[in-house]
Amino acid sequence: MSGTFLGMPSFQAAAKEALGNAQQRRNLEHATRTIRGKRAQVVAELDDWEGLRRTAAAIKDNVLTHLDSYLLQLEESLTRAGATVHWASDAEEANRIITGLVRATGTDEVVKVKSMATQEIGLNEALEEAGIRAWETDLAELIVQLGHDRPSHILVPAVHRNRAEIREIFLREMGQVGAPPPAVLTSDPRELAEAARVHLREKFLRARVAVSGANFAVADTGTLVVVESEGNGRMCLTLPETLISVVGIEKVVPRLEDLEVFLQLLPRSSTGERMNPYTSTWTGVTPGDGPQDVHVVLLDNGRTDALADSVGRQALRCIRCSACLNVCPVYQRVGGHAYGSVYPGPIGAILNPQLRGTTSEVDQSLPYASSLCGACGDVCPVGIEIPDLIVHLRTRVVDEHRGGVPSGEQLAMKGAAWLFADHRRWEKAQKGAELGGRVLGGKDTIGRLPGPLAAWSDARDAPTPPAETFRTWWKREKGGRR
Amino acid sequence: MSSRAAILGRVSAALAGADRVPPPRQEYGAPAAVPDVVGLFVERVEDYRAVVEQVAPQELAAAVARALGGTDRVVVPPGLEGAWLSALDGAEVLVDDGDLSPDDLDRCGAVVTAAAVGIATTGTIVLDHRPDQGRRALSLVPDLHVCVVRESQLVGDVPESVTLLRAAVDAGRPSTWISGPSATSDIELERVEGVHGPRTLHVLLVRDGDGLQSPA
Ligand code: SF4
Repeated sequence: MSGTFLGMPSFQAAAKEALGNAQQRRNLEHATRTIRGKRAQVVAELDDWEGLRRTAAAIKDNVLTHLDSYLLQLEESLTRAGATVHWASDAEEANRIITGLVRATGTDEVVKVKSMATQEIGLNEALEEAGIRAWETDLAELIVQLGHDRPSHILVPAVHRNRAEIREIFLREMGQVGAPPPAVLTSDPRELAEAARVHLREKFLRARVAVSGANFAVADTGTLVVVESEGNGRMCLTLPETLISVVGIEKVVPRLEDLEVFLQLLPRSSTGERMNPYTSTWTGVTPGDGPQDVHVVLLDNGRTDALADSVGRQALRCIRCSACLNVCPVYQRVGGHAYGSVYPGPIGAILNPQLRGTTSEVDQSLPYASSLCGACGDVCPVGIEIPDLIVHLRTRVVDEHRGGVPSGEQLAMKGAAWLFADHRRWEKAQKGAELGGRVLGGKDTIGRLPGPLAAWSDARDAPTPPAETFRTWWKREKGGRR
Repeated sequence: MSSRAAILGRVSAALAGADRVPPPRQEYGAPAAVPDVVGLFVERVEDYRAVVEQVAPQELAAAVARALGGTDRVVVPPGLEGAWLSALDGAEVLVDDGDLSPDDLDRCGAVVTAAAVGIATTGTIVLDHRPDQGRRALSLVPDLHVCVVRESQLVGDVPESVTLLRAAVDAGRPSTWISGPSATSDIELERVEGVHGPRTLHVLLVRDGDGLQSPA
C-alpha cells in the first residue's frame, strides 16, 4: 500500500530529481522556517539549555556503555509489571513476532501510533502480507498512508504535502477504507483535521490490538513513555485489549527521574512547544485500566553494529526530535525522500549507514548528503556531534572502497576531520565559507572549496552556505552559551 | 541461540574495551525558581488555548455546572468528590464502574476529573489516574474535559513533577500529562486544536487551604 525505500538510487541522484520539485521545496521551506522560529523561542526561555543537553548526553552515554546490564534490568522490570518481553535481532524477526501476536488475538486489523521503529522494520507491509490491515492514526501518517506515499520528515511525515494536496488525497481515498470525508470539504486545516477525527474514531472504538513505539523505556521501573500531540497515541495505548510496543534497544533510560531531562528537551526541540499536548506513561499492565495483554519487542536491527563503533556510537543517543532536519540546508532543498530511509536529514546521514551498513549505493552516498555547515550539531538536544560523525563515516566508506590505499578523497576527509576536531578551527573555516556565501550571491552551488576540501568539492555541487551561519546566528541571538 | 542471548552477546562484544561512562551526577527534582506559580500556570495553560478559571472552594460546584453548560451526559470517575457535582441541573451523570465500553464513553459529552499535579512553567496537568481521576479512557473519549486542580498541587517545573510521579509508578498506575487540548501541526505546521482527545480542556483552579481534600 505505501511506498518503499528499497532499491533507492544514491542520494545525489535522488536529490537532483527532488531539486526539480519546486512545490515540495516551497512546502518544506515554509514548514522548517516556522518550526525553527518556534524552537528558538522556547529554547531561549530555559536558563540552562546547555546544561540540560550535557546531562542528556551523559545519561545516554552511560546507558549505551552499560547497555547489557540496563537491558536486563528493563526486561526484569517489565516482566514484574506484567508485560511480556520479546527480543528481535532484525526487522524480519520483529515482524514475525508481531504478526504472530496479532494473529493469536484472532483479529485482522491493528491501529498504530506513529513509530519510527515500526517504519524502520516495514511492519505495515509485513502485516499486510499476512492479511492484517494496519491503520496509521497520526494525522501526517494517515496522509502518507492514504496518499500511497513515503514519509519525508521524522516529526511531520507529510511535510512535503500542502493543504490542497491533502484535501485531494482525503476526498479520493478516505471513503475507500472507512468513514468518508464530508461531501463539502475545503482545504482549511481545521476541516481536514475534523475529517480525520471522524474517520479514525470509528477505528479506535472498535480496535482490539494496537501497535506503538516508545520514546523512552525506563529500566528501573519498566515504564514506557509515548510523547504525542493529537491524542491518537492515547487512543491506541488505552482502548484496545492488546498493546504491542516496538522499542529500539537504545531507548532505555536508567531511572524514572531521568525523564525530567528528556521531557524538557524533547518537546522544545521537536515541535517548538514548552510541552507537547499529551505524554502517556504506562508500566506493564494496570488492572482495570487499559490493555491487559501488554507486549514489548526489544529491537536490535543494526543497533549493536552502531554500538561497536566507538565514534559512531553517539548516534544512538538520538531521541528523534527532528531539530537537525529543520536546520539542515541540504534537507530543506532536497526533502526527506532522497535519503532513501525513514530517517532523513542529518540524523539519517549518520544513522542509516551504521544501521544498514555501507554496502548499498544510497548508504554509501548518505555521508555526503551534507554541506558540513554544523547547524545540526548545534541544535541537537543530546549533543550528537553530527558533522564529526559525517566525516567519520565518509572516511569509513572511502576506506572500505580503497582497501586502505589513501585516495584524494580520503586525504580530503582526513583534512576535514582535522578541521572538525577543533571548534575554533571549524568556526574559522565556516566564517570563510560564510563570506564566500555573501560574495556568491545568487549562485546556489559552490564549485570548489579551498584547502583540503578542494578534492572533495570538485566532485560535487555543495549548496551555497547561508549568508549567516547557524553558529553566528546562534551567538547573536542567544549569546552562544557553549 | 535465542535472539535474546544473541543480542546481549553482540552488546557485550560491542562494548568490549569501551570506556564505561558513569551516570552524570544529577540532582533530581530540583525546585524551579518560579516567583508566581499560580499566575504562571494560568498564563501557560491559556497559551494552549485551554480555558482556565480561578475559583474559591465554595464556588467550585457552580463553576463545574457552568463549565458543563448544556452537556446532557457526563461521566465521572468513582472517586470524584460528590459535592463538586452538587450544582448540576438536569445532566445525566454516569459514574464509571469499569464496565463502560469505548462506545458508551463516546456517548458522553463531558468528563469531570481531579488531577495529581499542575506544572506552572509548561502549563501541564498530570493525571496519575487515582480514583478521583479514573482510568485513562474516561478523560480521553468525551469531547470536553473539566479538570479540577488545587493550587496546592502546583509545582514550578517538570523535574518536581517527575519526582512526584514515582509514587504513582510504584503503585502500578499509568500517568497522562496534558498540555492544552489535543492539537496537530501536521498540515503545513499550522496548529489546529482538537483532533482525537477532548477538543476542549476546561481547568478549574481552586484556591485551597480550607479543607478541600482529595478523596484519594
Ligand atoms: S540527531 Fe539530535 S537533533 Fe537530530 S533527531 Fe536525533 S536528537 Fe534530534
